[in-house]
Amino acid sequence: MKRREFIKLAATTGVAAVTGLNLNFAQERSLKVGVYGGYFKDSFDANIFPKFTEDTGIKVESVAEPTGEAWIVQLETAAKAGQAPADVSMIAQGSMLRGMNSGLWAALDESKLSNLEFVREQLQNKDAEGKLIGVGAVSWYITLVSNTDVFPEAPTSWDELWKDHKNQLGLLALSSNSYLLEITAKTFFEGNATLDTEEGLNAVFAKLAEVKNNVQLWYRDEGQFQQALQAGEIPMGQYYHDVTGLAAADGFPVRSTFPKEGGVLDSGSWAVSRAVKKLDEAHEYINWFSQPSIQDLVARSVGTAPTVKREFLTLSEDEFAAVSSDIEPIIPHYALHLNRGDEISQRWSEEITG
Amino acid sequence: MNHPSYGKPKNRWPYFLLTYPAIMILLLFFVPLCIMFALSFFKRIQSAFFEPAFVFENYVRAFSTFFLQRIGVSLWVAAVAAFICLLIAFPFTFFLSRLRRSRQVPYLVLLISILSLSEVIIAFSWSLLLSKTSGISNLLVALKLLDAPVSWAPGFVAMLSALVYISLPLAIIVLYPSLSRLDVSLTEAATTLGASPIVSFFNVVLPNVRQALLTTFILVFIFVLGSYLIPQVLGRPEHWTLPVHITDQALLKSNMPLAAALAMLLLIASAGLSLLTLRLGRSQL
Repeated sequence: MKRREFIKLAATTGVAAVTGLNLNFAQERSLKVGVYGGYFKDSFDANIFPKFTEDTGIKVESVAEPTGEAWIVQLETAAKAGQAPADVSMIAQGSMLRGMNSGLWAALDESKLSNLEFVREQLQNKDAEGKLIGVGAVSWYITLVSNTDVFPEAPTSWDELWKDHKNQLGLLALSSNSYLLEITAKTFFEGNATLDTEEGLNAVFAKLAEVKNNVQLWYRDEGQFQQALQAGEIPMGQYYHDVTGLAAADGFPVRSTFPKEGGVLDSGSWAVSRAVKKLDEAHEYINWFSQPSIQDLVARSVGTAPTVKREFLTLSEDEFAAVSSDIEPIIPHYALHLNRGDEISQRWSEEITG
Repeated sequence: MNHPSYGKPKNRWPYFLLTYPAIMILLLFFVPLCIMFALSFFKRIQSAFFEPAFVFENYVRAFSTFFLQRIGVSLWVAAVAAFICLLIAFPFTFFLSRLRRSRQVPYLVLLISILSLSEVIIAFSWSLLLSKTSGISNLLVALKLLDAPVSWAPGFVAMLSALVYISLPLAIIVLYPSLSRLDVSLTEAATTLGASPIVSFFNVVLPNVRQALLTTFILVFIFVLGSYLIPQVLGRPEHWTLPVHITDQALLKSNMPLAAALAMLLLIASAGLSLLTLRLGRSQL
């Protein structure tokens, strides 16, 4: 190699190295995304986040959120100190409202969210002034589940809970996560509107109190009920449609049924704390997630129901049935649990679980 | 010749060393307690979180019939569990301390290793053990002691069994030093003087270890009082102790002020009862 050639080579590699370094710096965009710990986080880490990084070059650091309301308490406390433990978080609808009332959420810029048109209207969370503060991420159903060995015939209605099944039921322990008041109102009364009058609320509480003797387990821990359901120990109850489907696919004798009154449809939205600095990346992430093709991917790989209108999806009949249903769902009465929650949960403890 | 004086250290270094534990107690115990105390007077905003204030409404709710009943249940459960625990731990530790030292070691190691198990594992293991489908009732059916397998969990006995199981090693480890220090010659002397084993047990052994028994009782009582996972998994709603409801309020209902007020109430109730028990124990000596 001649001296001049060597210099030329060294110069070009030098330039390449420098530009390469620049490219690397440009790729160092990152985003912290909070999703529920356990199965959710594992599925997102395996199937969803790598695809986002591939499409946009933005690295994702996933953060395990505790279920319940512990996460928004942490977000609120951190926001007061100007900190954010995650840039984008998946937040349940009740917590969305609670955060909205305390001014926790940053307003989102609709002009940066071109895919918002695909997301179902009711899953575009707006604050009192009509500003967008959350975008539907995933939905899930709570349905009537049963052990197929103990009950060869699938139940068809929520009223099955009231039939002769002494000590056979497993139900969620709280008024604000079981939505049994809504289920009772839909099955025996006029739906959520019944819960808006004192008279109606009293009637629903009285009707629901009739199931008490059938309940073997009021559960807070999902694993505890799932284990008992699979073993046939507690052969019927309310549970999550997606997880029950996964258990059935693993060969356990369980089934999830959409009762004729509908399953309970609950959802999580992507929301951004007011303390978050990476607003551009956050918008990019939310917009990316709202694409119908990504919603297809989420339905197939995570097993949750899409938040995008069905006509934009490519899911087959079977794939759609695995995560959702065309039966009109029961929508939780979030405002009731938020605005009268203390009174309702006190009555619940005294009259239903007490 | 100067002798070192034992009363006061010459330099201030030992005093300085003492500031370390003092600061740690202040930071890790006293400050959080003060925060919780302050929080219990904050104003709960039902549809949002809470704001700094000085209101008594959390205590008014904490003193409602429902929560007072929960405190009653918690104290009752803790007392029963501590009592059963002592009934098992005392004779066990007594005989253990009479064994040759080399034979005591494996028992003590086993007991300490139980302490390292998490409450989650213990609660779920007991719920499996007492289940209808895979529990010990199947064994009893096989032995023809039962007609059909039954489900014993959730229930009061299931919850109590797990609570006794988790606190038994603690009780034994606390009782062990005073029981192994118990002078054998005392019971020998009593026997020589004509006392039957039962009389010497009640008149000689028991008075000697009463303080240790009381201490153990209080320790187990407070340990059980703070348990929330076992009552939640193995108890029925009527057995859910106050800590179960405190957790609900704090984690599922974002009601930190009420959770703090309930925790203060539990703290005062347990401290009061412990002091009372200790005082009773002393006055009878």
